[in-house]
Amino acid sequence: MRGAVVRTHALEARYGDAQALFGIDFELAQGELVAIIGANGAGKSTFLKALTGLVPVERAAVHLFDEAIGGLPPELIVRRGLAMVPEGRRLFPSLSVEENLRMGSFARRAGPWTLDRLYAMFPVLKDKRRSPSGALSGGQQQMVSIGRALMSNPAVLLCDELSLGLAPVVVKEIYAAMPAIAAEGMSIVVVEQDVSLAQSVSSRVYCFQEGRVSLEGPSDRLTRAQISEAYFGT
Amino acid sequence: MADTIIQGVLLGGLYCLFALGLSLMFGVMRLTNIAQGDFIVMASFGAVALASVIGERPLWIALVLLPAGFAVGYLLQRYLLNGTLGRDPLPSLVVTFGLSIIVQNALLEVFSADPRALGSGGLNTRSIAIGPVTVGELPLLILATALACTGGLQTLFSQTAAGRAFRAVSDDRDIARLMGVQADRVYATATAIAFALIALAGVFQAMRTTVAPADGPMLLLFAFEAVIIGGMGSFWGTLVGALVLGVTQQVGFAFDPGWGLWFGHLVFLAVLVVRPQGLFPKTKG
Repeated sequence: MRGAVVRTHALEARYGDAQALFGIDFELAQGELVAIIGANGAGKSTFLKALTGLVPVERAAVHLFDEAIGGLPPELIVRRGLAMVPEGRRLFPSLSVEENLRMGSFARRAGPWTLDRLYAMFPVLKDKRRSPSGALSGGQQQMVSIGRALMSNPAVLLCDELSLGLAPVVVKEIYAAMPAIAAEGMSIVVVEQDVSLAQSVSSRVYCFQEGRVSLEGPSDRLTRAQISEAYFGT
Repeated sequence: MADTIIQGVLLGGLYCLFALGLSLMFGVMRLTNIAQGDFIVMASFGAVALASVIGERPLWIALVLLPAGFAVGYLLQRYLLNGTLGRDPLPSLVVTFGLSIIVQNALLEVFSADPRALGSGGLNTRSIAIGPVTVGELPLLILATALACTGGLQTLFSQTAAGRAFRAVSDDRDIARLMGVQADRVYATATAIAFALIALAGVFQAMRTTVAPADGPMLLLFAFEAVIIGGMGSFWGTLVGALVLGVTQQVGFAFDPGWGLWFGHLVFLAVLVVRPQGLFPKTKG
């Protein structure tokens, strides 16, 4: 795919002696929403960490806008337009809601996302902006985590397990914000355990299995049987 | 009694300046600087040495030593202490303990074991009467400086973007880096500020009394007790802890000249037993 926003080629990653990713080829186009599914330990989170610089990888294995960025420190990668909503939300506990959001704009990238715009999208956060982040419900914390990532005005938003530990109705509310986020051409990657949810929100799906891509295709054309085989390797 | 308490509060101001750097470094990096006291003594000797060049002009000496302390702290953190940080607190303890020994012996080698002092142009002998109590001008200046430094640090941490970055890195280093925070530089800046405060404390200590190369561990102990009594990671807590320590020591001295430090240690131990998190804890985990 020419002009891919994010492209990985033969991406490998390891934690010490344990190899977690075995040659991932991945592409993400401008404005595309891609879902990554797979069982626990398939390497989905490691893949996102490899993109953001939290896990060391080969320089040429990751390209952002046709520039090799693999293994750069995370603080430089975010300045080039890649932001992550980490698994488990990971808000800063000693910072208030608004301070958490302001931390998102630390990289000072220009763009449409501002505090006002976030508060318009998630009005409940405005009411709680002075609360400590730990005082919020899980869903509200997830909104803060998404908002914090958006505040860096990224070109690519990586979301790791947005639905983790949240009630289905809350998950639905969170995903309802995605079209508004994607409206201005932002490319989005969601890692998701819930396969049918992943299919319904994305245009393309990658399935990971034991550190490899076991299946890739348009979300609406993959069959249950295909996914089941790619998921469990049966 | 009122006099004893006022003298204790004034002494507490000095202890607060000893302790703020320790509190700052622990709050941001979970790093306990065992060489805190020795660096204060080094700053005192730096002030004495400087006085032999530019004369006993404390303000000018401070104007030279504070930026120097800032630079030393920045470089020390960036090129030595950052390498010791991690989940395990032991490497940083061992390295700063090593620094403590190096600094003490270097001071002994260069300045000999003789106590020195910095002339303050009469500031340490002048006093003003507040009601029935006479208060020394120098201790009053030290207390005012301690209050200003505590308030300044608290404002820096709670009101500014740099302060948010300090707290964010302290909470979750990886996520702060994802936001674009350069953790290594934030740590270096925190230590730089701590060392500017150390320089300030050193100048005041040399003006107030005599300093000798072996004084460091005692100053570290006072700083450490103030931080623990106040609660780790809270600047107002450190100030209150320092005042409690100062007042307790003065009350002890009033009973018996040999009891002052002992009383301070007793209160410190009592706080550890009754309220181990300190009076105003901020730091979790």
